[in-house]
Amino acid sequence: MEGIMEQPFWANGPKPGSFYDFHAGHSSKTTTVMPVKHTQYPMVTGSSVIGIQFDGGVMIAADKLGSYGSLARYRNCSRILKVNNTTIMGAGGDYADFQFLRDIVEQRVIDEECLDDGFNYTPRSLFSWLTRVLYNRRSRFNPLWNTVLVGGLQDGEPFLGYVDKIGTAYQSPTAASGFGAYIALPMLREAYERNDKMSEDEAKTLLESCLRVLYYRDCRAWNKYDIAIVTHDGSRLEESKTLSTDWSTADMVSGYE
Amino acid sequence: MSLQMEQHEYGTPMQRYWSPYAMNGGTGLAVSGADFAIVASDSRLSEGFSIHSRDAPKTYQLTDTTVLSCAGFHGDILALTKYLEARLQMYEHEHNKKMSTSAIAAMLSTILYYKRFFPYYVYNIIGGIDDEGKGCIYSFDPVGSYERETYRAGGSAGSILQPLLDNQIGFKNQQGVVKTPLTLQKAVQLVKDVFISAAERDIYTGDSLVIRIITKDGVKTETFPLRRD
Repeated sequence: MEGIMEQPFWANGPKPGSFYDFHAGHSSKTTTVMPVKHTQYPMVTGSSVIGIQFDGGVMIAADKLGSYGSLARYRNCSRILKVNNTTIMGAGGDYADFQFLRDIVEQRVIDEECLDDGFNYTPRSLFSWLTRVLYNRRSRFNPLWNTVLVGGLQDGEPFLGYVDKIGTAYQSPTAASGFGAYIALPMLREAYERNDKMSEDEAKTLLESCLRVLYYRDCRAWNKYDIAIVTHDGSRLEESKTLSTDWSTADMVSGYE
Repeated sequence: MSLQMEQHEYGTPMQRYWSPYAMNGGTGLAVSGADFAIVASDSRLSEGFSIHSRDAPKTYQLTDTTVLSCAGFHGDILALTKYLEARLQMYEHEHNKKMSTSAIAAMLSTILYYKRFFPYYVYNIIGGIDDEGKGCIYSFDPVGSYERETYRAGGSAGSILQPLLDNQIGFKNQQGVVKTPLTLQKAVQLVKDVFISAAERDIYTGDSLVIRIITKDGVKTETFPLRRD
């Protein structure tokens, strides 16, 4: 009998024949109801995405590293997406959230194609949709941990938009996320202010030099990268390339060991 | 208890802090006269020490005689202005007329208070022409408290501009001053002057100034460069 009595009759209930213990003042052993938690942190992450408008088009570039914290975990993750013939997008931040968004966008493009009504998603319509999706997720305290650039040709005019995980969104002829906002954006702005009608080749060389500086200075950057381009001839996601780098000055750096 | 704690600690991944809000800066200013109202804002969009855009004015034309200025969290500004535009369109379809400035102000107040416990982090100022044809200004706090005024500065440099306006438009702390009514020319010049001063001291204000001049004939827009550093 005594052996049975050591077990609580029911959770935190009174012993048979005694009064109920309201356990005032000390913590209860009953199950504590914890607040709902969401995965509010990024796991595998991509670093900067950069984009620029040029004469008759837009291009977006990003490296192919999927970091797992400080570990360079995946070295061949594409973060750039060709949406349709006039629209491209690229994302930084959580890679799984990007894949989730990409799957939805690709399905929506297929659904739109099936209607066969001659209409397609335009950069502005995709951008508008994305801003609402990201803003709604942040309002439900369950954000998609991404910064997204949308580019393309809207009625023949270049379009480049930026939206982040809490729904801050704007259009700009130059855009860069993450570390690129500090390192690449000043380079892009300087070049764009000097010549806002640069050619496709000039723009590509510029983005490559930005990615190179990022590779030199950003610990979460990589030398393999993707670049997507929209022109009046359509859009294309180019084959991945590797940056040429020059480390010859590296052994002149001393005194920091 | 200790076991529970251990399990809890073990099961909890390192949580990266995030805030549903950001302060994207920006300054709005509205001044009213006998038959006009001016709504002005700078066009800088910032976050921390970065400038997102130099060309993102924070004035929104709501009707032919009403302009709204918004500063604060840009995500909320986008959501709020989109929603306002929808409500204005619904009103127009239901009543076959445009919404008056005072009605828009009252509606904005309820829209803001509806989100009292997860507010739109937006500082709003409405400028327009009232039912009697006079210039009118309504200023709001983020949760919907509002009042009609003759001039108001809001947003990141609001606290820099407001005392200057109190002195120059309200004739505060001046002795033996003749309280002359504000003319449109003087108001526009004053708006430019105070924004130049704000851009000197406030890092979230600059790049360019957009001035919307509202009269019974509609809205005229003027832009003016500010320092870009």
